[in-house]
Amino acid sequence: MLYSEKVMDHFRNPRNVGEIEDADAIGEVGNARCGDIMRVYLKVENDIIVDVKFMTFGCGSAIATSSMATELIKGKPISQALELTNQAVVEALDGLPDYKLHCSVLAEGAVKAAIKNYYDRNNIPYDPEAFKNIAD
Amino acid sequence: MIYLDNASTTKVSDKVVEVMVPYYSEVYANCSSLHEFGQKAKEKLEDCRQRVARVFNAKSREIYFTSGGTESDNQAILSAAQIGIRQEKKHIITTKFEHHAVLNVLNKLKQQGFTITYLDVNSNGIIKIEDLEKAITPQTVLVSIMFANNEIGTIQPIKEIGRVCKEHKVLFHTDAVQAVGNEKIDVDELGIDMLSLSAHKFHGPKGVGVLYARSNVPLTQFIVGGSQENNRRAGTENLPGIVGMVAALEAAYKDLDTKNQRLKKMRDKLFDELSKIPHSAINGDREHRLCSNFSMCFEGIEGESLLLLLSDKGICASSGSACTSGSLAPSHVLLSIGRPHEVAHGSLRLTLSRYTTEDEINKVIEAVPQVVAYLRSISPVWDELEKGVRKHVI
Ligand SMILES: Cc1ncc(COP(=O)(O)O)c(C=O)c1O
Ligand SMILES: [Zn+2]
Repeated sequence: MLYSEKVMDHFRNPRNVGEIEDADAIGEVGNARCGDIMRVYLKVENDIIVDVKFMTFGCGSAIATSSMATELIKGKPISQALELTNQAVVEALDGLPDYKLHCSVLAEGAVKAAIKNYYDRNNIPYDPEAFKNIAD
Repeated sequence: MIYLDNASTTKVSDKVVEVMVPYYSEVYANCSSLHEFGQKAKEKLEDCRQRVARVFNAKSREIYFTSGGTESDNQAILSAAQIGIRQEKKHIITTKFEHHAVLNVLNKLKQQGFTITYLDVNSNGIIKIEDLEKAITPQTVLVSIMFANNEIGTIQPIKEIGRVCKEHKVLFHTDAVQAVGNEKIDVDELGIDMLSLSAHKFHGPKGVGVLYARSNVPLTQFIVGGSQENNRRAGTENLPGIVGMVAALEAAYKDLDTKNQRLKKMRDKLFDELSKIPHSAINGDREHRLCSNFSMCFEGIEGESLLLLLSDKGICASSGSACTSGSLAPSHVLLSIGRPHEVAHGSLRLTLSRYTTEDEINKVIEAVPQVVAYLRSISPVWDELEKGVRKHVI
């Protein structure tokens, strides 16, 4: 098999897929030219991510990592969500083939882009360094 | 399982397996051995050579057995390059959408000082013969143009290419790996000097093929060793494989017209029904293509996820998306016919064989729109297309 059972499970039954109409923040990374795009919607209450949804254009690993990333940040404080790494997402999925690792960078980037959007919308000061490496 | 990936490889027919077995367990002698047993194997080998020659209206001594399409392409092009070096003609003409077995050999020749012209294949996936005529120079030694494309199935004007090459005294090689078994080929009538074919594309075994080379074309021995294949291709002949290939080849041409009519009817039904999916497009000319080839792009989705979901429904298909190839770029074939990157990612190739049934086609016609609709429902690209933020391309 190309993918682990966990990857296939998240690909076949993605968690938190869809749109949040009245989202408090939206982040999107990637471009259609290179093949993968992920968009993340956040609902935030008292600095806690109470709901998260995503939409992804991409391969099996892009959809599975999107799903897993949203699971890992759901119900967590923003400060904790900011620490999400693509390695953590990949580990939670029991790994990805080497040549598919680039597809997983997207999930970390989209989550960070959404958090940055939340800070911007609410005029919350932040360290730009924390958002320096958002994948695109 | 519904197997619609026959351009990748095909099922070896039961009949082919049956005729191969005795050449493993009974007539297993080396064709080069002098004893009677060896001579029996040698006789069979030469019988096979003659039968291949007959299919293409060639001569026995113009048929060289190889390990398949890749080796035949390599040897044809490298042999022509040797001729080019001797005659100080270091220009080769090909197309933008050849198989990598051709393109990557030409890349190596480029490093050795050859100039390569890549002809445009236009939006229909077919070269313009005027472009070829314009590209030929006194330095041109070889034109290598595939008979039918492996991704979109479009068929090139082989007879005209052969005529132009003859007029300009340029060698003409064609990679006919996808065409053999699907199209009638007479090397004299079409003016072909070298032709590559591979048994596993027409219900023969893997790892065996043919290079046809006209008797006046000197081949370079590229796999070096013993004196097999008239000193042009060393290594003990794969007699069981060759026997299987010949049986498959003859079977393919026995009922060619009726088989093609049947496949075309099913393939056209796929085109008609799946074209109803909004913002979809057929890749390559709809008529000048192999009867077995279906290829379309669907906007707003990505090919690998499409393939995985079809696979869950028991359908084996393929795609030219980047993520299925392991590289970041989508298929060079789809880019060569002018599909933008984002559209090329959403491609689907279905390739039929004589074993394909109407019932299977009906199941695919039901499954594909469902999967496309689902993937679009979770796609931010489709969302932008629908909201008008992004412009539809197809
Ligand atoms: C057009 C074309 N050329 C060459 C090849 C290589 O053939 P083989 O797999 O026998 O090496 C293929 C098959 O993948 C093909 O489709
Ligand atoms: Zn990917």
